[in-house]
Amino acid sequence: MVLLRVSVVSRETADMAMYMDGDTRFGLDKKAQLLGPVKLDSGAEFAPVEFAYETYGTLNPDKSNAILICHALTGDQYVASKHPLTGKAGWWTRMVGPDKPIDPARHCIISINVMGSCMGSSGPASLDPATSAPYAMSFPVITIADMVRAQALLLDHLGIEVLEAVVGGSMGGMQALSWAALYPERVRSAVVIASTARHSAQNIAFHEVGRQAIMADPRWNNGAYYGREAPVAGLAVARMAAHITYLSEAGLTEKFGRRLQNRDAKSFGFDADFQVESYLRYQGLSFVDRFDANSYLYITRAMDYFDLAEPHDGVLAKAFAGTKTRFCLISFDSDWLYPTAESRCIVHALNAAGAAASFVELSSPFGHDAFLLDAPEMNRTVDGFLRAGESR
Amino acid sequence: MTALRPDLAIIAREVRANARILDVGCGDGLLMAALRDTKNVDARGMELDARDVATAVARGLSVVQGDADVDLANYPDGSFDYAILSQTLQTTKRPDLVLDHLVRIGRQAFVSFPNFAQWRIRFAHMFGGRMPVTEQLPHRWYDTPNIHHVTIDDFRSFLDERNIRIEGQWFLSGDKPRNERLANLLAQHAVFLLRRD
Repeated sequence: MVLLRVSVVSRETADMAMYMDGDTRFGLDKKAQLLGPVKLDSGAEFAPVEFAYETYGTLNPDKSNAILICHALTGDQYVASKHPLTGKAGWWTRMVGPDKPIDPARHCIISINVMGSCMGSSGPASLDPATSAPYAMSFPVITIADMVRAQALLLDHLGIEVLEAVVGGSMGGMQALSWAALYPERVRSAVVIASTARHSAQNIAFHEVGRQAIMADPRWNNGAYYGREAPVAGLAVARMAAHITYLSEAGLTEKFGRRLQNRDAKSFGFDADFQVESYLRYQGLSFVDRFDANSYLYITRAMDYFDLAEPHDGVLAKAFAGTKTRFCLISFDSDWLYPTAESRCIVHALNAAGAAASFVELSSPFGHDAFLLDAPEMNRTVDGFLRAGESR
Repeated sequence: MTALRPDLAIIAREVRANARILDVGCGDGLLMAALRDTKNVDARGMELDARDVATAVARGLSVVQGDADVDLANYPDGSFDYAILSQTLQTTKRPDLVLDHLVRIGRQAFVSFPNFAQWRIRFAHMFGGRMPVTEQLPHRWYDTPNIHHVTIDDFRSFLDERNIRIEGQWFLSGDKPRNERLANLLAQHAVFLLRRD
């Protein structure tokens, strides 16, 4: 799948982003290629490393107001500006923007497309400089820690030594935790929302369904489909299965129930009779226009490999031993993908490590996706947590 | 600090400056904020109610949503100078285990509770023949969060059994301090400073 890069930036986001005078490293829709290498958990090294990223707001003179936003599995760097492929507003404008908890008037906000993804950072669809062809399956298998090590390279390039905060939901939360564990001296605060310190068997199982759907699509062709038809049928099924895990049973019932789609009676066929079927099909089909199937394989793999306690003899508290980073964890009661118990495990480990940790479970009917939706209590909590860090 | 509840004001007064405290059942964090602001205390809190937690975190406090009956087990021994349990003991499922954790986690522990043997309560029970509903215990028998009422004498004998030493005690009638004499009959509230022997 060839991704056309269209730089469409709405007027208000352009206004929102205040560029640092003459410093072309900061701003919207930025690209950087760094020599690296990134030392990968697999033992391999990866270089050179391409980054696609955005910044909003201005880095203050003592460089103490930088906030890194980490995105989820299918997210990207367009946190608060228009997505170039879908034309939709940024994915976290409820949290990031003027008068929001993360505010370009106060913070220098950085968001980086993760390694392995497909919105401009190095991933399986990128060209391998050695062959001038897409990496496809020769792209190395990476981990969440590898993504974070790569991000650290870009922050070095931006001249940002210490982050006021790393903030992320879902896989973004895994990165925030990894940042705090790998670079404790570079992270003053970490906000971890609807996330986990390890992928459970159930998490891995759902991802495996998605991967098998992609690999069962004959167009996948062992990953070598660039320049040809992409395995969109497989990718759409993967997205449909995953999308169910982002919602809640109560939410689905409320939204769709057993209502039929544009018909008065069942068709006694396999058309999308039910509204929920039609909705899922739409989610699957619209996803393939903006996402690369191989990226989906690599990133889900990285998430499945995630177990922050593993390198610490299985004791999560050891990952945070002696940390001075402040932590804020938020979970949602209807999230069954990364349920509250997972956040609580992290909190217990942080308590055992003596870390300054806050945690709250918020109520929402919307399941895992709640962190992307209107959640005034989440905003109030994050706002207070960040401001308290700034006044220290 | 004038806005603090009288039992909290006693605790706030007695806590050493620069101490590390865990406030179990910290509510929206009033005591923690007061200790942070006036005594430079490193305060951590635990609270069951999500809205209170959000308010406390918005105050800049480190508070985790948790249940004293379940989540205290995860704190290491002696990890705080003081563990504080104010007006929460009588709401726990197993106050004995909560107290054990409290004196394990804190090198010292403050515990405050309403005294169920205060004469008004005795009077209401004896002559009314009904579960007492008073100013300090305003709930009815079916909706009260206070499921383990305790008297000052009960508490003392419990401490005795567990070899927990009393290092300070304060008694209140309304918001006025009163002395130890006949406290079990006359005091509405008690505050104890404890240490495990």
